[in-house]
Amino acid sequence: MADWLKRISGQTGSADEAKERLKLVLIHDRTDINPETMEELKDDILKTISQHIAIEPESVKITMMHEGREQRLVADIPLKHYDRKKVS
Amino acid sequence: MTAKIITVTSGKGGVGKTTATANLAVALAQIGQRVVCLDADIGLRNLDVVMGLENRIVYDLVDVIEGRCRLKQAMIRDKRFDDLHLIPAAQTRDKNAISPSDMMKLGEDLRDEADWVIIDSPAGIERGFRNAIAPADEILVITNPDVSAVRDADRIIGLIEAEQKEPAKLIINRLNPAMVQRGDMLDAEDVLELLAIKLIGIVPEDENVIVSTNVGKPVALDEKSRAGQAFRNISRRLMGDEIPLLNMDFKDDFLHKLSRMFK
Repeated sequence: MADWLKRISGQTGSADEAKERLKLVLIHDRTDINPETMEELKDDILKTISQHIAIEPESVKITMMHEGREQRLVADIPLKHYDRKKVS
Repeated sequence: MTAKIITVTSGKGGVGKTTATANLAVALAQIGQRVVCLDADIGLRNLDVVMGLENRIVYDLVDVIEGRCRLKQAMIRDKRFDDLHLIPAAQTRDKNAISPSDMMKLGEDLRDEADWVIIDSPAGIERGFRNAIAPADEILVITNPDVSAVRDADRIIGLIEAEQKEPAKLIINRLNPAMVQRGDMLDAEDVLELLAIKLIGIVPEDENVIVSTNVGKPVALDEKSRAGQAFRNISRRLMGDEIPLLNMDFKDDFLHKLSRMFK
């Protein structure tokens, strides 16, 4: 909804914020993983993978997703780009 | 005849477990079902006052379990329906007076006495909750559309899953359609998306609930009450009937109509 309309109709739209906050809280409650543990986990995963293959650490995305009541850890780990000519 | 055992639970206190238990019991009795409701909130007894039966109590749940009376002696007959009975909680004991296996046995004994046994669970996730869900065939989790009630409901749903019970069904209680429309209350859809379980009913916020509790006459007996209608609908769904959800549309004022056009 347009912001100006929200203002004149006295709407604060706090329900959206409630939902977003709940989403995060429930993920942590269900998995017992807090943001700090998540960072450690991310570092460990990167360290392990880097031992075997070159990756782009800045572009790595590791997030907790949920589908229904199933939780899953989703990692998107781009590999380092090689210039084929140089390599060969 | 063998009863189906339903437990109403929530995690958080004050979301409407006792109100829902009393109303579902009354609504089922109204359509000719034989019902026993059981207050499992030992030490914090309340189902008796909500049903208006507080003056009839002689024996309670713990008396039955400890063998001081027969099951039938602790079953208080309702004022309005001959086939509706209440087994009250003990008021001077605590939750540790009984165990989940005591409740399982009691549940089995009650199966011959009714078509439905409805158990009012205490708040919390400890012994009292475990006692209340132990004999249940079906568990109804009740919540309100607010952050703390939904969070606690999620915990309870997880614990029920861990007990390998049938997946719980959800009652969303005290939904205020005007606030939902303003965007200041989680909508039923939001709550369902977060908790990811099946819905069995939405009960709108309704002042009649307080009035009916004041006089010990569950709101399901009030033909005009919206909350009463919602509880009657849930009882029909328990019976297996397909009943559409109540229309929660709040009367649109001009600004809401305008804001919708710009959505």
